Amino acid sequence: MTDNTLLLSLKPGQHDGDGQRLAEAAQRHLGLRTGRVRSLAAYTVRYPLSEAQVLDFAQQCLADPVLHDVQLGLPTAAAGFASYILVARRPGVTDDEGTSAQNALADFLNEPLDVHTQHIFSKKLYLLENELPADDLRRLAEELLGNKLINWLETGRVADGLRDYTPRPGGGAEAVTEIISLTGLSDAELVKLSKDNIYALNLEEMQAVRAYFAAAETQAERQAAGLPADPTDCELEIIAQTWSEHCKHKEFAALIKYKDLETGAEKQIDGLFKTYIKDATAEVDRQLRANGNDWLIKVFSDNAGAVRINADSLFVWKVETHNSPSAIDPYGGAITGILGNNRDPLATGIGGARLLFNTNVLCFGNPEYDGPLLTGQLHPRRILEGVRKGIEDGGNKSGVPTVNGAIVFDDRYRGKPLVYCGTGAVMPMQFAGKDSWEKLIDAGDRIIMAGGRVGKDGIHGATFSSIELDETAPATAVQIGSPITQKLAMDFLLLAARQGLLKCSTDNGAGGLSSSVGELAGISGGAVVELEKVPLKYPGLRPWEIFVSESQERFTLVVEPARQAALFALAAEMEVELTDIGYFTNDGQLEVKFDGQPVAKLALDFLHDGVPRKVLEAEWQRPAATEPEIAPIEDYSATLALLLGSLNICSRESVIRQYDHEVKGRTIVKPLMGATGQAPQDAAVVRFNFESYEGVAVSNGILPRFGDLDAYHMSAGAFDEAVRQIIAVGGKLPNLTPGDGNFWSVNDNFCVPDSVYDPTSNPDGKYKLAQLVRMCEALRDATAAYCIPLTSGKDSMKNDFKADGVKISVPPTVLYSMTAKMDDVRRAVTSDFKQEGDVVYLLGETYDELGGSEFYQLCGALGANVPKVNFAKAKELYTLVGEANDQQLIQSCHDLSDGGLAVALAEATFGYGCGAEIELPETELPLATQLFSESHSRFVATVAPEDVVAFESILGERATRLGRVTGSGRLQVRHAGRVVIEAGTDDLRFTWSHGAVNQLLGVNQLTMNNAQ
Amino acid sequence: MVQALILTGFGINCEEEFAAAYRLAGAEPTIVHLNQVLHGQVSIHDFDILNFPGGFSFGDDLGSGVVLANKLRYRQTSAAGRTLLDDIKRFIADGKFVLGICNGFQVLVKLGLLPNLGGDVTPEVTLTHNASGRYEDRWVTLRVNPLSNTPFLKGIDKLEVPVRHGEGRLVVPNDLVRQAIEASGLNCLSYIDANGDGTSTYPFNPNGADLNCAGLTDPTGQVFGLMPHPEAFLSAYNHPDWARRRRAGWLSEEGEGLQIFQNIVEHLQGSTLLSNEISRRVSQG
Repeated sequence: MTDNTLLLSLKPGQHDGDGQRLAEAAQRHLGLRTGRVRSLAAYTVRYPLSEAQVLDFAQQCLADPVLHDVQLGLPTAAAGFASYILVARRPGVTDDEGTSAQNALADFLNEPLDVHTQHIFSKKLYLLENELPADDLRRLAEELLGNKLINWLETGRVADGLRDYTPRPGGGAEAVTEIISLTGLSDAELVKLSKDNIYALNLEEMQAVRAYFAAAETQAERQAAGLPADPTDCELEIIAQTWSEHCKHKEFAALIKYKDLETGAEKQIDGLFKTYIKDATAEVDRQLRANGNDWLIKVFSDNAGAVRINADSLFVWKVETHNSPSAIDPYGGAITGILGNNRDPLATGIGGARLLFNTNVLCFGNPEYDGPLLTGQLHPRRILEGVRKGIEDGGNKSGVPTVNGAIVFDDRYRGKPLVYCGTGAVMPMQFAGKDSWEKLIDAGDRIIMAGGRVGKDGIHGATFSSIELDETAPATAVQIGSPITQKLAMDFLLLAARQGLLKCSTDNGAGGLSSSVGELAGISGGAVVELEKVPLKYPGLRPWEIFVSESQERFTLVVEPARQAALFALAAEMEVELTDIGYFTNDGQLEVKFDGQPVAKLALDFLHDGVPRKVLEAEWQRPAATEPEIAPIEDYSATLALLLGSLNICSRESVIRQYDHEVKGRTIVKPLMGATGQAPQDAAVVRFNFESYEGVAVSNGILPRFGDLDAYHMSAGAFDEAVRQIIAVGGKLPNLTPGDGNFWSVNDNFCVPDSVYDPTSNPDGKYKLAQLVRMCEALRDATAAYCIPLTSGKDSMKNDFKADGVKISVPPTVLYSMTAKMDDVRRAVTSDFKQEGDVVYLLGETYDELGGSEFYQLCGALGANVPKVNFAKAKELYTLVGEANDQQLIQSCHDLSDGGLAVALAEATFGYGCGAEIELPETELPLATQLFSESHSRFVATVAPEDVVAFESILGERATRLGRVTGSGRLQVRHAGRVVIEAGTDDLRFTWSHGAVNQLLGVNQLTMNNAQ
Repeated sequence: MVQALILTGFGINCEEEFAAAYRLAGAEPTIVHLNQVLHGQVSIHDFDILNFPGGFSFGDDLGSGVVLANKLRYRQTSAAGRTLLDDIKRFIADGKFVLGICNGFQVLVKLGLLPNLGGDVTPEVTLTHNASGRYEDRWVTLRVNPLSNTPFLKGIDKLEVPVRHGEGRLVVPNDLVRQAIEASGLNCLSYIDANGDGTSTYPFNPNGADLNCAGLTDPTGQVFGLMPHPEAFLSAYNHPDWARRRRAGWLSEEGEGLQIFQNIVEHLQGSTLLSNEISRRVSQG
């Protein structure tokens, strides 16, 4: 069969945005002059059609009659163009556009077409006016157009002829299973075996594996099953995936010997997860239930936690990270991160929750970083742009609104970025009479794989993300998500659950079928999988590869045999592929076969509980830190402007607006509000449906800077930040009154550098682990103080990038993502000043706490006085704010964070351009501290003049009257009889909205309006 | 009761708020997977309004709306070679209404149902990538063309709504088509600036559309499509400035977008026999 390549070019006079942007980016980012660039879409059709038929298909279906001309074959010459770049995909890489073209072809021909085999391959062709040197052309292609891990890039001179490339995936089927002997291997050989195969298992773990296979009981079982004495490749892979740090959280389960070098005190911690997370939440649950608040339904035991909204529905909520893949392929990493995280609430309990929102928190290096890059390291700007695009496509194309998020910049994230993806969903309490959150499986139930097919993409994702990243990162660890495939599967799952056809479900994420079936098998007590039935994207996969592949958009469904026919009929109607790949048993074994031959049989208790516990050492020594001497100045207007334009404070509008934050029509508080659409908000508020005004507030707390001073206070502060954002928008603390049903649900996500001590490769490992311990201690204290439960979370332990003998490690980072019920979203409070004459208050207290602040950063200092949370005082204040909100006394409320009071005041003017006249009290605190201290648990709030008495009687001395809102359009701050800040609010907003992020990623207004 | 059929599947994702809009406007919405229509389980002729919601049908691959439009045009729904487009033509000829929002509008344009100047359902204009080259979610203000005859927009002068698209730039290929559209007021909605004037300036005109056009009707006014999302402004609390406006003493908790749905439901209630009543009478003999 011959390949026919079709080329779509824009008709003369049509605006070539892609071409123009490539020319601009080449000039701006690489200093290359391309001259005029023309972009063309190419499709290679590998299907038995005549040239005339192919051309007809292109003209009728692919080309837009207004925009495009069609031609067959790549051009042999292109007048006016000297160079070309062809961007194709490597074999087996997801090609949604090609697949959609196949769909179109099937409709056009009105004949069934196997849409799961790739018959049409999409590509892009760029023609450049200038003749560029080969190296420059290559750079342009690799840095601006494609990623060589996933794209095939052809470049060259037009005069030499254009080379085409069409992938030819796979060879013949490979039903090969290898035997790997562990017997007699030395310790060094065991470690080498683990490293060579990316098992990511340490010596003790490898020894435990060997001991399991050597045991007489195992040998008898294997002999009976027809398996060799030594393990198969598939068995070792299953163990490696299941025992990976990513799946098993071995370091959060480890026994930790903790020493405080300051006090000399020593203690043993019986697992971070058990001590600080699980037990702490159990205690919170006891307190809640004692007070008649029994809304905590499911914690830590499924893909996502679940809390009760009301008698009819549950709120399901999960946040995860996808850091390692995003470092090597930012777009693919982020899109699979978000789609993968969507599958968690979707496949909690029975499955079929309705997704309500996404939220994303991203940590990057400075996008304007101009230092050297290590081998395999991508520039922070590329990572930022790729991740942003991945989140855009992942969220928008799934029809899930991205309601808020955050971006944190710190150069220590330039090796590995952090990509946190969160998804909230609503699930009915019951599906067809069954409790929706339960996962029940009996022997005899069928194992059904749903959604995408399996390829080599994503093999070893779980183990790969459990080790440090280096220049040899495998290409197969990258996957490209297909939002459309997942959307179809999601629509199907929703209906199948409501029709009572599912017994339960889970997603295929890290570790693929090996993890999903392995986990589900734990419920019934065993499973048999017949791998030859698994549909493949292309031949050439070995059994173990099929079992551990992390190809995306797949769910594992558990179905009673009697309902199987109805389920398959529904799937056929909705064009979702289902395959019966085996059944559950209760004999305690996970059994895998290929064409009837055994390829793996493992005892489930060994698989799930056989991993040796780690013992780790931690040593805490407070970092040496001093407060800088910064001379006071008379006028802080310029300082405020510098802060507003600084990287970590400036507007993210150019990013925010590329995410759909209001699809579904339920978003009440969006990331940017006000008449200008430029007033930044604290927490998002989303209503659950159109029938009631019940909803949920969503916030994120993350403060890595403070970790350089004390990880405890960093973690406590981040928790408080997330709480106070929800309080600011009108949420109320939980458990204040008996049976109030006011749910809160928190996901904790720890992302830390390698914290396992090694004298040569990680000499400060003990300190790093002590930081993690302190972060966890703060978390326990915070949950107890506020009575807010953790419902799910994740830890990512090896956020280091190593290459060329250099290691770049992230600062220890924790994100607290919080949700809380809002009884009536109409009571939500937004951050911006509403009306002239309203009285402005500072709620909470300011301390001498400039350590780690944005103000100090501006002065080139870190300082020492890290902000500390006083939980008791904070809780009291939040309770009072809740009382004031009950009486609707607060007109605007903005939490104080980066940049302190001065920045919060400025931001509150952005919604409508209202001004404010502020008089700071004369206290012992220096003026700069009052303006810029980042003390926690504070707000700027406004109150209508007629409500002042009532408000002050509730808040008492926790509220400090600062001044009033004016119609002047100017922000004026006075102190001790002098004006210390004076600026037009439009100017402040301009500075803030023209910071580095929007400069880099914003629409180039001039070019654009000229192009029209 | 007015019956609204709302198509979904294949990446369409605004069906729920679309249904809510009709419910709030007093009609009965039915959400149906496109395959149920293509496979003959549901007939569009049992309904009064056919709705194409927004979303990313087939991931916007090949150009937004293209693959879905292709399916309606070519996929044969019966042995006789009939397509859904054939049925839609009959539906319109019967005096019924078609509404497409965002991706749905793109489908109607790519099919040639809008603007359909020639009456032969051939694509005459197109919607393509925004001049900015990017997807954007932002609120815009629209002005209704007083020449427009469509009942959907009756009594509306200005309208605030969010746009959420990457391919909303209307391209009109030549002056002949442009003049014909303008002469009949088919460019029923335009993006306006702070002074209330039609504008090509970003971000008031978010995509650089020809004629500053945000929506089109066909010459009968029965087929209406627009890029912005009125179904995302059913409640006043959807507006980004709701909190200040309420403080300033707003009048209604209803969102401005709801008016479009109320208009068409009212029009249908007041004018002709409704589909379900016809079928009831037919079945009653």
